Amino acid sequence: MKVLIASPLRSYTGERAWVEASGATLAQVLADLDRRYPGIRFRMIDEQQRMRRHVRFFVNGEQAFDLDQKLAPTDELCIVQALSGG
Amino acid sequence: MSPVPAAQGEETKMARTPARKKTAAPARRKTSARKSATATRAPRTVLLVATRKGAWLLHGDAGRRSWRIDGPHFLGHVINHLVLDPRDRRTLLAAAKTGHLGPTVFRSTDLGRSWKEAEKPPAFARREDGSGRSVDHTFWLAPAHASEPRVWYAGTSPQGLFRSADGGVTWAPFSPINDDPQYLKWFGTVQDGTPDGPKLHSILVDPRDAKHLYFGMSGGGVHESTDGGATFRPLIDGMEVVEGFPRDDPTMHDPHCLRLCPSRPDRLYQQNHCGIYRIDRPSNHWVRIGVRMPKKVGDIGFPMVVHPRDADAAWVFPMDGRSVWPRTAPEGRPAVYGTRNAGKTWRRLDAGFPRAQAWWTVKRQAMCADAGEPVGLYLGNTAGELWASRDAGGQWKCIARGLPEIYAVEAAALP
Repeated sequence: MKVLIASPLRSYTGERAWVEASGATLAQVLADLDRRYPGIRFRMIDEQQRMRRHVRFFVNGEQAFDLDQKLAPTDELCIVQALSGG
Repeated sequence: MSPVPAAQGEETKMARTPARKKTAAPARRKTSARKSATATRAPRTVLLVATRKGAWLLHGDAGRRSWRIDGPHFLGHVINHLVLDPRDRRTLLAAAKTGHLGPTVFRSTDLGRSWKEAEKPPAFARREDGSGRSVDHTFWLAPAHASEPRVWYAGTSPQGLFRSADGGVTWAPFSPINDDPQYLKWFGTVQDGTPDGPKLHSILVDPRDAKHLYFGMSGGGVHESTDGGATFRPLIDGMEVVEGFPRDDPTMHDPHCLRLCPSRPDRLYQQNHCGIYRIDRPSNHWVRIGVRMPKKVGDIGFPMVVHPRDADAAWVFPMDGRSVWPRTAPEGRPAVYGTRNAGKTWRRLDAGFPRAQAWWTVKRQAMCADAGEPVGLYLGNTAGELWASRDAGGQWKCIARGLPEIYAVEAAALP
C-alpha cells in the first residue's frame, strides 16, 4: 500500500514522502516500514507498543487508534505529525 | 534563529559554519565520508553545546581566546546532552528527540562531520499487562570506567538507567532498578519530577573502581552501587527536603546535580533543590555547605562544577528559589559563586556578567570546567548565551549568543 511519511521521518526514507509497505494490519505495515527503513518504527511507537503522543495515523482519511486495525492492499496510510507550540 | 558572535571585542572570533541539512537527518548510514581534519597541534578545548533546538560545537584555540562555531547539528531536535568520550577522544554521543518523534541516540566518530543513529536506543522492557514505562527522552550520557573502553551509561526521563557495551550503538536496561518495586515507588510520579519530566542524572563512576557507581534522581534521591550496578542503595543522610515531608523517603529528595572530584574521588559535591552539599566518603552523611552562602542569594540552583585537580574548589550558579520559584538569577544579577576551601566560604564571581536586568539562569548540565591551567569555566544559559572564563571565574566573557535555550555544555580536550 501507499504510505505518506510525515516530514520529520523522511530522513529515514531518503526524503521520499510516499513509500510502499505491506501488511494486513497497521502493526504489520509499521513493522514492514521498519524493515525497509530501520529505526523508523520506534520514533512512532514506544516500547510498550503505544502510539507516540504527537504522531497520528490516518487510513483512507479516517484516524486509526488501534495497531491491530486491519488494512487492505488498496488502503492509503498517512502518517502525520500533530503538535502545537513553539 | 542563528547564533552570532558576541560583541565582546576583537579577540573573540567566530566563524559560523553554515547550517548543514544532512546533520539533521538521522540516517543510519554515514552522511559523509570525508576524512577527519583533526589537527596535530597542542591539546585544544571543544565545547559541546546541547540546546532545545539543536547542537553546536565551539572549537577553541590553544589559549582559549577565540572560538570557532560549528553547527547547527540536528537543527530542530531537542538535544539534552552531547558528550565526547574522554577515553578515545573521538566518539561523540548525542541524546536526541524531536517535538513529534520518540527519543534516540546519535553517534559520531569524526566530531560531528557524520552521524549514525543507535541501532537500539534506550527503551524499557515491555510489560504485557500495560503497566510498562516508556522512555520520553534520554537525559544524561556518561562514559564508563577507563577500563571499559566501549561502555557507556545513560539516564532517562522517566527515571531509568541504561548501558551500552558497544560505544552507544545498542542500549539495554541496566541493573534491576528500572523494574524494582521499591525503586518504582521511589521514582514517584510525573508530578514529583521536574517540569519536563522526572529524570535520572549525574551518573558518576569512581575512577578507582569500575563497579563503584552513583546517580541522582529528580526526584528520588542519591543512590550508590559498589557491585557494578547489581544493587543500589540510597545515600541521602543529611540531605534536606521541602518542609513538611519525611527526610527518610528518597522520593522526597531532589538532587539537581552531583559531581565527583577527580583528584579525590571520595569527595562529592551536590547542588540540591534544598541546598548545596558535600560528602567525604566513607561517611554517609551529606553536609550542607550552602549555609555559608550569602543569605540574600541563598543556596538554591541547578549546576555544580568541581575543579579537575583541586578537591577544595567548586562552583555553583545560584538562582531565585523563593516563593513561586522564578528560576532566574537572584535580583536579575547573574553570578557564579566559587569556593576554594570545600564550602567554608564562597566568593561572588560576576565580573563581565550583566550588572542588572538579566533574568536568565543555568540548567544543571549547562555549566562545566575544562582541564586547563588556570581552569576554564563555561556556562550556557536559558537565553541562549554561552559564557566563558579563562581564569576560574575571575572574568567572564560572552562567546556566543542567539542560540536556542541551552540545555547542556561539556568541555572536552581534543588530541
